[in-house]
Amino acid sequence: MAKVLVVDDEPNIVLSLEFLMQQAGFEVVTAEDGEAALARVADSAPDLILLDISLPGISGFDVLEQLRIDSHHQRLPIIMLTAHGREVEREKGLALGADDYVTKPFSTQALVEKVKALLAEDA
Amino acid sequence: MRTEPVVLTVAFGYLALLFVIAAWGDRRAEQGRSVIGSPTVYALSIAVYCTAWTFYGSVGRAAEYGPSFLLIYLGPTLAMLMGPLLIRKMVRIASTQRITSIADFISARYGKSSSLGALVALIALIGITPYIALQLKAITLSHAVLVSYPEATDFRLADESFWTDKSFWVALVLAVFIILFGTRHLDASERHEGMVAAIAFESLVKLVAFLSVGVFVLFVLFNGPADLFAQVADDPALVDKLGLAAVPGGATGWFGTLALAFFAFLALPRQFQVLVVENVDERHLKRASWLFPLYLLAINLFVIPIAMAGLLLPTGSSDPDSFVLTLPLAAGLDGTPLLVFIGGLSAATSMVIVETIALSTMVSNQLVMPLLLRSRHLHLSTQGELAGWLLGIRRVAIVLILLLGYLYHALIGDSYSLVTIGLVSFAAAAQFAPAMLIGMYWRGANRIGASLGLSAGFLVWAYTLLLPGFAQSGWLDATFLTEGLWGVAWLKPYALFGLDGWDIYAHSLLWSLVANVGLLVGVSLFTRQSPLEQTQAALFTEAMNPGLEHTSLWRGQTTRGELKSLLGRYLGASATARVLDNPGDTPRDDSDPAPPALIARAERALSGALGNASARVLINSVVRGEALDLESILSILDTTSQALEYNRQLEQKSRELARIGEELRAANERLRELDRLKDEFVAMVSHELRTPLTSIRAFAEILRDSDSLPDEKRVHFLDVVVLESQRLSRLIEEILDLARLESGRLTLNPQRLDLVALTRRSVDAVHRLQEDRGVALEVDLELNEAPVIGDPDRLEQVIINLLDNAGKFADDDAPRVRLHLARHKAHYRLSVEDNGPGIVEEERERVFEKFHQLQYHGESADKVRGRPRGSGLGLPISRGIVAHLGGRLWVEDAPTLGGACLIMELPQAPH
Repeated sequence: MAKVLVVDDEPNIVLSLEFLMQQAGFEVVTAEDGEAALARVADSAPDLILLDISLPGISGFDVLEQLRIDSHHQRLPIIMLTAHGREVEREKGLALGADDYVTKPFSTQALVEKVKALLAEDA
Repeated sequence: MRTEPVVLTVAFGYLALLFVIAAWGDRRAEQGRSVIGSPTVYALSIAVYCTAWTFYGSVGRAAEYGPSFLLIYLGPTLAMLMGPLLIRKMVRIASTQRITSIADFISARYGKSSSLGALVALIALIGITPYIALQLKAITLSHAVLVSYPEATDFRLADESFWTDKSFWVALVLAVFIILFGTRHLDASERHEGMVAAIAFESLVKLVAFLSVGVFVLFVLFNGPADLFAQVADDPALVDKLGLAAVPGGATGWFGTLALAFFAFLALPRQFQVLVVENVDERHLKRASWLFPLYLLAINLFVIPIAMAGLLLPTGSSDPDSFVLTLPLAAGLDGTPLLVFIGGLSAATSMVIVETIALSTMVSNQLVMPLLLRSRHLHLSTQGELAGWLLGIRRVAIVLILLLGYLYHALIGDSYSLVTIGLVSFAAAAQFAPAMLIGMYWRGANRIGASLGLSAGFLVWAYTLLLPGFAQSGWLDATFLTEGLWGVAWLKPYALFGLDGWDIYAHSLLWSLVANVGLLVGVSLFTRQSPLEQTQAALFTEAMNPGLEHTSLWRGQTTRGELKSLLGRYLGASATARVLDNPGDTPRDDSDPAPPALIARAERALSGALGNASARVLINSVVRGEALDLESILSILDTTSQALEYNRQLEQKSRELARIGEELRAANERLRELDRLKDEFVAMVSHELRTPLTSIRAFAEILRDSDSLPDEKRVHFLDVVVLESQRLSRLIEEILDLARLESGRLTLNPQRLDLVALTRRSVDAVHRLQEDRGVALEVDLELNEAPVIGDPDRLEQVIINLLDNAGKFADDDAPRVRLHLARHKAHYRLSVEDNGPGIVEEERERVFEKFHQLQYHGESADKVRGRPRGSGLGLPISRGIVAHLGGRLWVEDAPTLGGACLIMELPQAPH
């Protein structure tokens, strides 16, 4: 069973994503900020990350950058989530090696399909 | 060394050197590489002021009258320091009007009057001839002393026949020199470059010669100044002689001599010549205004030491005027006396050269030409070259002036000391000063006033200085000196109107200037100016007005051909061509009408050669109709002053524009900044709105798509949707509040209310929520009543916000919040503190920024978890509301609980 890490500082958003991923048949781990996210990657070895950009402390971009430096996680699928609709951020995220970029609020179905597609590609 | 042939050879050798320098200067000028285009040369040429009178006479005067000789040099120093103002204007006028001499200057100012010009020329001739004689006398005397020392040189000049008299030959040689270098060009307003170069050189020679005597006396004859002064101090009689008390006439004598030198420096024909006519560039005045005074200082440095030495040591001569020569002679030197002789010669010749050129120009342009024109006026149609005539007249004048000087010297010169003759001439020249200076600044001064003033001043001068001189020479019966004219005591020449005991020069200057200025001003006030005078007066007084420089004032008509033939007769063909044909012009027919500018140019060219008055007469003879348009010049003056005013306004406008531009730029900058802040705000708002929306949409879709959701989950998810919707509404409320606050459209409902009651109400509102969160809330209201002016709903919003924030940030395990209300001077302070981590110093203002989220350093993510997030708008809104009510809101350290403390201060309501 594939494992999805959900990173967001909004408890209700984490709650909804957790439910959606479990419903889609994935195992879910969660984190509220960047530091926790990096810890979860280390201890739970997720197959995909849903990563919010504006986190307290280390931002989503920082987490993404650190993960991509590490050769183990260079191919780890990461979907960035953001409440900012700016093009610049989208490009920055993709340039840093994000696999996709989703603007909040998002369509739950589309998100679930993206996750499934990335995991299938990976497998 | 001191034999006649050697001295003569050296003297003539020196003159030959001058020749070479002058010829070189002229050749360079023709090649366009002027040697006098330097302010230093200009300053040195002004030093023509220092004549033989300075060279020999200063020591003589110092030995007789103490330090009074210094005043002769302080006057010019004063004038030069004013040079950038006063002399600059003279130079400007002279160059625009093509002035050739001071007589021309005065004549031009008073309506180009021939009679006034002639009067000035005559006075100059009479007044200055003695001064030329003085130079000849100095040369002859110094020569005699040099050759015959130690025999006494007390010979009478008149005893010799003129062909054995050295000064006669000196005069003739100088005449030749002056004719060669002073009358090369017809245009007297053109510069005599070679002559000026030679004069500047002579100034150097006399300075070097005088300084060498000074150094010799001070350091060879004596052991420096201290030794000399010590020896003088031993002789009380000598001390008195050199002291201030020796100055004749006391304070009036001081002031009189100073004024005399000041005026003479500006008005002596030769000074006017070098200062004004020969000036090539107004800017040279700047350096000359300090360099020339410096020169004067240098040449006066050793005067007193030499005088002292001359009085102390046996020199074999009783004449202090020749101390400069006899001191080195008595010491048995050979070379130095020769150098001194050359120095004296250079001082004398430079003066004679310049003075004669200036006087001869006056004689030809102001005395002879007007007479010639008057007689020829009737048959102007006579064709014939007059240019050669003009130069001829000037050359004859040169010879005559020098002969006149010689005659004066031979016949009268013996009875005066050098100093005396000089001051007599100074006083004569000073008579020109009022007409010149007042005319430059007062437009109302007119010709009749100037003529009468000059005449009266001259007569007083003649009566108080010239005639007594004649009388002392035995040429007149001397009884009028002691008894007064016709035995009337009030008319005694040295004590006019009972003014006794004055220095005779100060006395003469006072009365002559009183008469001169009095008549000039008095008569001008009560008589009228002719139109031409009004024009000239305006052009002179407004000379520095830039609008007037190139105005053509001719309105009459003539043809090119007529102008051409007129100029041709007086200036010669080549000069005429230069004046009339501009290189850029298309060739014109002689029968074409001459434009006003051309007529003006022709007149200026003629002025340069013949003087203003004659030029005007000649131009009038060919120009028909209204010669000159007074109204137009007055209107030019008006328009230029209007233009100046307009200009000033324009400048002011442009300054204003620049200021407005600057303000606009700043405003634009501010707008840009606001725009950036607005963009940021919009981005933040959208971010804040998207967050609850995300949860709402996600759970709504989950509820829609998941059919088999257990009830418990469904209720939970629906609760989340409701809560997030409430959060969204609250957020929108806050954003609207903030927008209203910032645009100033927040409607408050201010009323008198009791802050104590309001605080209780607010505490009740949050009490339950705080209890739910386990927050221990202490309320400490010191007062029973706290009247303030405020909007109750808004204030309650603020207090609830403060309590809410404190609850959120209080310690997680045992959260405590304390509210305290107290009076502080004329205010009430409500403070809300918590036992949380506090707010660091640099964050304390930032918490009031929009969307600012507090982040605690060193606080682990676990601790933040579960803490309800604010929008980051509560504090900015609260501060805005409090500020609107005239209060303040800020952060401090919590005094009792150790966390953060927010303090709201509101003014006490008036009773």
